[in-house]
Amino acid sequence: MGDISKPVRRFDAPEKIMGTARYVDDYFEEEMLFVRIVRSTRPRARIKSIKLPKLPSGYCVVDKNDVPGENRIKMIFDDWPFFAEDVVNFYGEPILAIAGPDREKVYELSNAVKIEYEDIPPIYTIEESEENKRPPIFGENNLFADYFYEKGDPDGAFRDADQIVEEEFRTGFQEHIYLEPQGMIAKYEDGRITVFGSMQCPYYVKNALIKAFGFPEDRIRVVQTTTGGGFGGKEEYPSQIAGIAAFCAYKTGKTVKLVYDRAEDVEFTTKRHPSRIRIKGAIKDKRVVGIEVDIALNAGAYAGLSSVVLQRAMFAATGAYRIDNVRVLGKAFATNIVPLGAFRGFGAPQAIFAIETFMNHVAKKMGEDPVRFKLAHRYKKGDTTATGGLLRSEVRLPEITEKIIEMSEYYEKKKQKEKDGKLYGIGFSMFLHGCGFTGNGEEVLKSIARLKKRKDDKVEILISNVEMGQGPQTTLRKVVAQVLGIPMEDVIYENPDTDKVPDSGPTVASRTAMIVGGLLYRVAKELKEKWKEGEEVVVEKQYRHPEYIKWDQSTFKGDAYPEYSWGANVIEVEVDPLTYEIEVKKAYAVFDLGTPLDKKIIEGQIHGGMLQGIGYATLEVMEFENGRFKQRTITDYIIPTAMDAPLFETDLVVEPYKNGPFGAKCAGELTLVGAAPAVCAAVEDALGINLYEIPIRPEKLLVLMNKEDN
Amino acid sequence: MRGVFIINGQRKEIEFAPHKRLLDVLRENGYTEVKEGCREGECGACVVLLDGKPVNSCQVLAASVMEKEIITVRGLGTIHKPHPIEEAFVEAGAVQCGFCTPGMIISTYALLKENPDPEDDDIKRALDGNLCRCTGYVKITKAVKLASKKVKKDGK
Repeated sequence: MGDISKPVRRFDAPEKIMGTARYVDDYFEEEMLFVRIVRSTRPRARIKSIKLPKLPSGYCVVDKNDVPGENRIKMIFDDWPFFAEDVVNFYGEPILAIAGPDREKVYELSNAVKIEYEDIPPIYTIEESEENKRPPIFGENNLFADYFYEKGDPDGAFRDADQIVEEEFRTGFQEHIYLEPQGMIAKYEDGRITVFGSMQCPYYVKNALIKAFGFPEDRIRVVQTTTGGGFGGKEEYPSQIAGIAAFCAYKTGKTVKLVYDRAEDVEFTTKRHPSRIRIKGAIKDKRVVGIEVDIALNAGAYAGLSSVVLQRAMFAATGAYRIDNVRVLGKAFATNIVPLGAFRGFGAPQAIFAIETFMNHVAKKMGEDPVRFKLAHRYKKGDTTATGGLLRSEVRLPEITEKIIEMSEYYEKKKQKEKDGKLYGIGFSMFLHGCGFTGNGEEVLKSIARLKKRKDDKVEILISNVEMGQGPQTTLRKVVAQVLGIPMEDVIYENPDTDKVPDSGPTVASRTAMIVGGLLYRVAKELKEKWKEGEEVVVEKQYRHPEYIKWDQSTFKGDAYPEYSWGANVIEVEVDPLTYEIEVKKAYAVFDLGTPLDKKIIEGQIHGGMLQGIGYATLEVMEFENGRFKQRTITDYIIPTAMDAPLFETDLVVEPYKNGPFGAKCAGELTLVGAAPAVCAAVEDALGINLYEIPIRPEKLLVLMNKEDN
Repeated sequence: MRGVFIINGQRKEIEFAPHKRLLDVLRENGYTEVKEGCREGECGACVVLLDGKPVNSCQVLAASVMEKEIITVRGLGTIHKPHPIEEAFVEAGAVQCGFCTPGMIISTYALLKENPDPEDDDIKRALDGNLCRCTGYVKITKAVKLASKKVKKDGK
């Protein structure tokens, strides 16, 4: 690890510790209007009538008739309306909004709106959507996406198998709980709409507003404000809020603020897709030689990004393992639940939980040690992935595994069954993460990054990627400064404003460091050659995948990702023998995420990502009952606190990627995906049973253990 | 109604509605370093010192704390002369998205007043009411330990 990895003081930290960094809700203006969304109180219904309270002067209603262009949020299928039209498809769907100068009055008025509904039989679960006995929500069969791919001869593998193992796994909802709730401020001035707010993807918001207003692109401006965490929750959802705020600004000519309160944010924004994953393995000579993975996602009421989430889940279906005969099926089902969306890992956490737990179970069945069993199946350089892509770089899983086994004293601890009166268990996981956009995503995007060297010899980074806590304002400054050989302080990187920055794509898919950073690295190299003291020089480049990357989006064949990061986790748990409460005591991780662009920032990603993954496996319960979530606040939806956090021990193995800046690969999502299966393996070890579902809840363990005892 | 609050050492006369929470009165009068994360007293983003004790300002009726001393993170240091705790948070890498940071720093200040030499468990207990979704609390715990050293050295 060279100079680039050496930690520096974060550029965004001074303002944040003083509390002077301005998040969207910190902007106040005289004459600003506040907005409250009036939402459906039915999971699925036809709107029969709407009765509005008498509005005092200065207050107004905005609804579907106030959308100047198309009442659809631009995404992949464009099926999601800003405001419901005749039908509502989930509890909480926006129907109209009330804007006015006094926030409390706006709330009072919005509570006084009376809406009459005619209920339509709702569909909540994957099974209900699959049965298709009720009027479909989407198309004829409720399927937002229905995919399939194959490799080798899976039928042959099953025919010749010594044994076939079939299991079904379930994963639950997960809510992001970024500490800063979502929000936007909109203005309409001089014929232009400007939106400021908390977001990951300024150009997603801009493109959504272009469609919603039917304006040419120069009449829409989007500016990111300091963003208090995103984790995917601020990928596609901010367009919904930006649209409603902007419609209000357009109608009133005033500055409008729409900031969600926590309860609204917990209940009505996107979450991680619940899944049902069925795995069938063909076993020959104690090895998995063929596999069929059938992934079903509960996608909620509108398509959103579900089709791509499903693709990432499908491409991660065989985990870090080379299995030559593969069939992967995937479906994203429409249901009358809030649309499910992007969340750190984007489909991979579900798939990795399933394959890892399956591999553990098969290993146990074969009487083999899960770590050795997994190593025997691992990918190597030169292997082809499930989609037939080539692994061009060294796959350093043996080294990663060796390190983590030693660091955690795995085998010594594995013998332990009890500790301080608690049941003790230790679990291991091994995994990969595809870096950057899935499939043809980067080719569609064609991101542009620009550097502007000013006359004062300072250099501006002009990209649309945002700081939301993950560190690019520091790491990308380091990259550019190091290539140019100038002090980091001479590199300027402000929150993106679409009037100033080109579209370098969204801040998602762990792509900012590797893809955008790699592009900036090449732009900086060229700028260095063209450098002229005291003069302005602008250099920009467009991203293209390396020539050797081959992908067919229609058959899902080839390199689904240009590069992969790898990792292993070990988790130690103690389970209370009476209540089955789980305490995660220690978490170990070794990752190969290429060259870390700043060791301290990477450690922050690792700790935060793993704890989010541990929460996903244990505490973070969100249940859907009678058309609504039971957990509607952060009093009910629990995330890990300092008391819940385990001790962490982490290390890195570095296999650089030649097109990443200084060899960096992807990091942000990788840190989350392996935690849940390692927790699950640890709890299985403590209790001596097999588990098939996350979150792992004490009350369910109690039932399972009672069954076991009888 | 009108009332006087002593905020970061300065007497401020403020006009506010009688039912307002301290959080709103502070934010509406320019103290936006006090963050609103939940309004339920769960997340700790709005923690301030009230007569030296940490409180969730969203759970305090403003009218009940007139004439009392309130300290926010801006009352501890300035951008050019940060408080050693603030300095420790930067050095330890404990700041990511930053939204929990002002509350974390205030809770740390309160802890170190009570216990200048906290162990990991003391720190975890003291910060149990401050949620963070970015850091896994590792570097925050480190920052508190570093702050403890710095505070002792500076005698603050």
